[in-house]
Amino acid sequence: MSIEHNDVLLEMRNIHIEGFSDEQWHPIIKGVDLTLKRGQVLGLIGESGAGKSTLGLAAMGFARPGCRITQGSIHFAGVNLATLSEAEKRPYWGNRIAYVAQSAAAAFNPAHRLIDQTCESAIRANIQSATESRQDAVALYESLQLPDAGNIGERYPHQVSGGQLQRVMTAMAMSPRPDLIIFDEPTTALDVTTQVEVLSAMRKIVEHYGAAAIYITHDLAVVAQMADDIKVLRYGEEVEEAETRTMLESPKEEYTRSLWSVRALEKSEEKGEDIVLSMQGIDAAYGSAKVLHNVSINLPRGKTVAVVGESGSGKSTAARVITGLLPPSAGSVQFNGTALPAALRERTPEQLQRIQMIYQMADTAMNPRQTVGEIIGRPLEFYLNLSGQQREKRVIELLEMIELDESFIDRLPSELSGGQKQRVCIARALAAEPDIIICDEVTSALDQIVQEGILQLLLRLQNEFGISYLFITHDIATVKAISDEIVVMFQGEVVEQGLKSEILTPPHPEYTELLLSSVPEMDPDWLTTLLKERV
Amino acid sequence: MVARQGLRRKRNILHPVLATILKRLGLGVATLFVVSAIIFSSISLLPGDFGEAVLGQAATEETVAAFRRELGLDKPAPVRYLDWVASVLKGDFGTSFSGRAASGVDRSRSVAELIGPRLKNTLFLAGVTAVIAVPLALFLGLTAALYRNSFYDRSVNAMTLTTISMPEFFVAYILILLLASLWPVFPSLANVDASTELAERLRRIALPALTLTLVIVAHMMRMTRAAIINLLASPYIEMARLKGATRSEVILKHALPNAWAPIATVIAFNLAYLVVGVVVVEVVFVYPGIGQLMVDSVTARDTPVVQACALIFAGTYIVLNLIADIIGIVTNPRLLHPR
Repeated sequence: MSIEHNDVLLEMRNIHIEGFSDEQWHPIIKGVDLTLKRGQVLGLIGESGAGKSTLGLAAMGFARPGCRITQGSIHFAGVNLATLSEAEKRPYWGNRIAYVAQSAAAAFNPAHRLIDQTCESAIRANIQSATESRQDAVALYESLQLPDAGNIGERYPHQVSGGQLQRVMTAMAMSPRPDLIIFDEPTTALDVTTQVEVLSAMRKIVEHYGAAAIYITHDLAVVAQMADDIKVLRYGEEVEEAETRTMLESPKEEYTRSLWSVRALEKSEEKGEDIVLSMQGIDAAYGSAKVLHNVSINLPRGKTVAVVGESGSGKSTAARVITGLLPPSAGSVQFNGTALPAALRERTPEQLQRIQMIYQMADTAMNPRQTVGEIIGRPLEFYLNLSGQQREKRVIELLEMIELDESFIDRLPSELSGGQKQRVCIARALAAEPDIIICDEVTSALDQIVQEGILQLLLRLQNEFGISYLFITHDIATVKAISDEIVVMFQGEVVEQGLKSEILTPPHPEYTELLLSSVPEMDPDWLTTLLKERV
Repeated sequence: MVARQGLRRKRNILHPVLATILKRLGLGVATLFVVSAIIFSSISLLPGDFGEAVLGQAATEETVAAFRRELGLDKPAPVRYLDWVASVLKGDFGTSFSGRAASGVDRSRSVAELIGPRLKNTLFLAGVTAVIAVPLALFLGLTAALYRNSFYDRSVNAMTLTTISMPEFFVAYILILLLASLWPVFPSLANVDASTELAERLRRIALPALTLTLVIVAHMMRMTRAAIINLLASPYIEMARLKGATRSEVILKHALPNAWAPIATVIAFNLAYLVVGVVVVEVVFVYPGIGQLMVDSVTARDTPVVQACALIFAGTYIVLNLIADIIGIVTNPRLLHPR
């Protein structure tokens, strides 16, 4: 890792970038400097809205539509990109500087074969002939350990998995052998088990060709594996920059320390004997596709059961079965010892009231035209027959519980931040005075510091009202923070259920082992060690 | 188990796209049947009938009844419908009522004979217009998207909006005024018959074709522009730019292949309009097309001709939309190359 970097490749000075919204220009980046040497990998981290992606794209001299670079110089290999027209910058793009986007599924053109997209830049830049370029692409696919490297390029983007697409995109970036690659949250959309493979493939190929890279992410543990140095951004300004190890061991700034500490939250587990909800031998299917096989999960009263597993493992489907949205084809759901009707419409309002849900995307889970008061007031009216002043009084109480003041009552969802929206969704679930709240990835879309706030709120509400949570997540740090018990799911089956300490302590079943070992740790040597162990 | 696998294998013989197309084709035929029933019943609801229309108010009840019997109008409606459908399926659209005056001399012609040349004229005009209008609209739409918000884009938008906002007869008269009267380049009358030479025929239909082009280009051009611009916000377009693609490469190579489905739909819609909606233009230019024939036949209560025309119009819509659907399917790699 410790290559001598002498030659400066990229030098950005006093960068100012503005974005246009609400009829005026707002500053996004406020005077950031960035220096990158040949072969150096710099991690850019910060919460959403910190300006990481904007700064990363500015390294190419590119500003997204609705953004503009207002000040500063961007010297790439001696040329100031900031002074060039788009036509003059184009020969650099996809040739000497390449970009790897967050969602590979969206960043590949659905109409073209993968290999044509991989070779496009190299052929355009006349680096290789079409035939050479295709052979080279296959070689890159091989070195990125893509299955069936010889033929995978003939497929269309929808025909390969997300993890594979992300690796094909790395091959696409590498195809013209660029001097600099911008990785923009390349593994955020992937499962942890897939993330490990993609990270190691990317790291290997970047090292092999000696390319410099800017690695943008909000995940500290990931950036620790990839970067030589880390730069922390907040509100468009640099907080600090240091060598990776120094940064992890002794961050200077308070803000950086707070980013580091989020993962320390951990609830002490308690065993619950009184089972409030139990799924017994559930099979469920969407049409002919069977999704759940003989799933049994028990939820003790006043406790949290975390359901973990990668996407497609059936976690959310289990939630749909419990709520009655998807009637199971076999098995039953017992609430307080009596079986619930399978279908939603056969359940009584009383039964509906007892089980509430909170979703991942708070944005889409609220009617954008209703005020916070209406959103929280609706279940009060529907389940508890409250109206008028009584209703308003209760809404204000609920707002207090979620730590928002009563001025929020007339606001629309669009006027709230991501964390506030999720709080309103929690209040809406709470309004029904439920026994059980099903939380479906409720913190996945939030920044780490906001996540911590939401998790602490949920824990406090559990203490005060004895609510039971079924907490669906793919994030092990969240699991540690909130759960008493853990259920591990894989391909529609329950691998194991038990107390948090039992599940997290070895020995594990094979899949749990893979899942747990794939969770990145804040140790820069974690990935290297893990790969050695797995070989 | 074995039987089930056999079934599955059998189903796999058909490529899913082919299966979808066949399904659409079946649906199209079913739609045509429904439409035929609607056409038949709505024509039966028209006030008065051919007997009274031809024989006049003065005719005695017996004469009218005899005349009706001769035309088969005395049978109950469902029977008449089934007779009609059965003969249409055999390719026989029946005989026109007109020319069959009370005088007893039967000068009536078959519907096919009556409609044939008119339909040919209409399709000729529609074809010539389409050959001009579709490429023009695509070109304007793509260039407008390429240089969007430029002066060029705005002027193309303003011009096409102007032509689409004017009633077509108005556009027609303006063109006559300019190109037939002030600068007599083209004839103002488009009266062609079977003996007209191709070159002369093209010269005569120049003005109606131009009128229709002006009317339909706007819609297709704006849809092309919108479909492309709609895609320009996609992450893969940003990716294409960051891979160094030029503006025209971005539009033609990265956006257009994903925009065919909506563009094909709006083109199909406008082409159908060229066949079924041109009666006003036909009247202005005295062009012997099928639109005029249908209007005349409605006035004369000539039911067989009206029914046949309506069926042709419905068929046109169905076939063109089917083609648009198929284009949408074959340009979608998700359907063409399933996982």
